[in-house]
Amino acid sequence: MLSYPFMQNAYMAGTLIAIISGIMGVFVIARNMSFLTHTLSEIGFAGAAFGIFMGWQPLNGMLLFTTISSIGVGELGAKSSRRENAISAVSALAIGLGILFLSLADTNASYATGILFGSVIGISRANVIQMMALSAGVLLTLVVIYRFLKFDSFDPIGARVEGLWTRTLSVIFLILLAFSVSVAAQIVGSLLIFILLTLPAAAAKYFVHTVGKMAGLAVIFALVGVWTGLYLSYVTNWPVSFFIAAIEAGIYFIALAVDWAKN
Amino acid sequence: MSEPILQLDNVSFAFPDKTVIENLSYTLEKGAFLSIVGENGVGKTTLMKMVLQELKPSNGRVRFLPNRNSVEIGYVPQFRNIDPEYPLSIRDFIGLNFAGFRTPWLTKKERQRVGELLTETKLTGVSDRPLGQASGGEKQKAYLAQALLDNPNLLILDESTASLDPVAKTELLDLVKSLNQRLGLTVIFVTHDIPLARHYSDQYLFLTPGTYEAGPISALSDEKVAKMNNA
Ligand SMILES: Nc1ncnc2c1ncn2[C@@H]1O[C@H](COP(=O)(O)OP(=O)(O)OP(=O)(O)O)[C@@H](O)[C@H]1O
Ligand SMILES: [Mg+2]
Repeated sequence: MLSYPFMQNAYMAGTLIAIISGIMGVFVIARNMSFLTHTLSEIGFAGAAFGIFMGWQPLNGMLLFTTISSIGVGELGAKSSRRENAISAVSALAIGLGILFLSLADTNASYATGILFGSVIGISRANVIQMMALSAGVLLTLVVIYRFLKFDSFDPIGARVEGLWTRTLSVIFLILLAFSVSVAAQIVGSLLIFILLTLPAAAAKYFVHTVGKMAGLAVIFALVGVWTGLYLSYVTNWPVSFFIAAIEAGIYFIALAVDWAKN
Repeated sequence: MSEPILQLDNVSFAFPDKTVIENLSYTLEKGAFLSIVGENGVGKTTLMKMVLQELKPSNGRVRFLPNRNSVEIGYVPQFRNIDPEYPLSIRDFIGLNFAGFRTPWLTKKERQRVGELLTETKLTGVSDRPLGQASGGEKQKAYLAQALLDNPNLLILDESTASLDPVAKTELLDLVKSLNQRLGLTVIFVTHDIPLARHYSDQYLFLTPGTYEAGPISALSDEKVAKMNNA
């Protein structure tokens, strides 16, 4: 299986995705941003479609759209009830735009399903290299702001009281999230990214109780899903995102059951 | 003889629809243990937020002495959003306050400091339990420990004992009092519990709508409390 270059690429990309999603997921969960992550991935779909329409790499279109909108969301700021509604509106608009760009670009339907639901064969070595650069950027930034981000995510009231620069921090986090969403979409597709960015971290918090350990365990859960999913997809020819979704959901429900049994 | 650490000069605060603090002047001495009392909604938390510079007085000013940088504030807020599923252990929660551009992991010295505070707050036995599953008293102690982490010289407790049983109240305040006496930590204790204020503090500031009264705690008589509450 690994003698095929496209499978090598898929495994390299999948590994990067799992690492980034697992770590970012811990903060997504702590900051209650699952819903926003889902919307960002829909915006990513619109961006990818726009990229195709313009004749770019879909990833570049995604990066453009998700980054701009994450900064926009940051500006919407704290009013959270208004934010939820604004996000729903943006999300509907994004899907509409995505469909429009795809039809204007006159590509075949399989290309569209590739963006929406992910694919194993679509990843080139050049994609992998770009993903590596993006992932390295995200990880490096995370290391630099880690202690601040940790405080602000897990105790926003305490962080504000201590005078942390929480506004800037949340904009930086949203940009990192935009990058992560764009990277993760390459294999699981826009519609299912939020699986990798939420479920592994949501499951991990039932087993371990420090930020570092949660990130580590979430990465392991994500890797199990991605690696196994790629293998099963190769063997059965079924979509990889189906297997990843099933495995991650399975891990999450097991975690819930274990927690329920403990208490 | 005694030096001031915090000075409120003619401070007022007006929300768009109502004024909560009017022309309040008060000087807090270094090493004092001040209780702030007053009915719900009179503006105690608002006053504390001005001290924290989270709110700007509409009038007057808040000064730190000898200067702002000489005062490190530890604050235990009245409300905190810790739900039952909150995952971080008590130990990790306390360590959050070591923010800075440093290694992602805590250094040995930093871990020792967390250990010291766990011992002082008697939380060592439960330190690895998720904070979400801790009792109300354990949570309050963890908040206190987190606030004390970076060695503040001014500690503000906003109704930190309200949800605690009598034993837990005493334990928490005994610890604060011992830091007050041993290290000269200045304490502001916002409370509705007059007996508790009498037992632990040496000064009081009684806020009532539109006015206030301050003095040594011995001057806070029952009649005064009753009268001001009826006024
Ligand atoms: N953001 C706000 N906008 C308008 N009014 C506010 C705001 N925050 C507080 N208030 C009002 O200001 C008053 C003072 O509130 P504050 O929280 O300071 O009271 P408190 O003395 O701490 O009361 P408690 O004992 O209940 O904690 C209250 O009437 C409150 O409703
Ligand atoms: Mg209050």
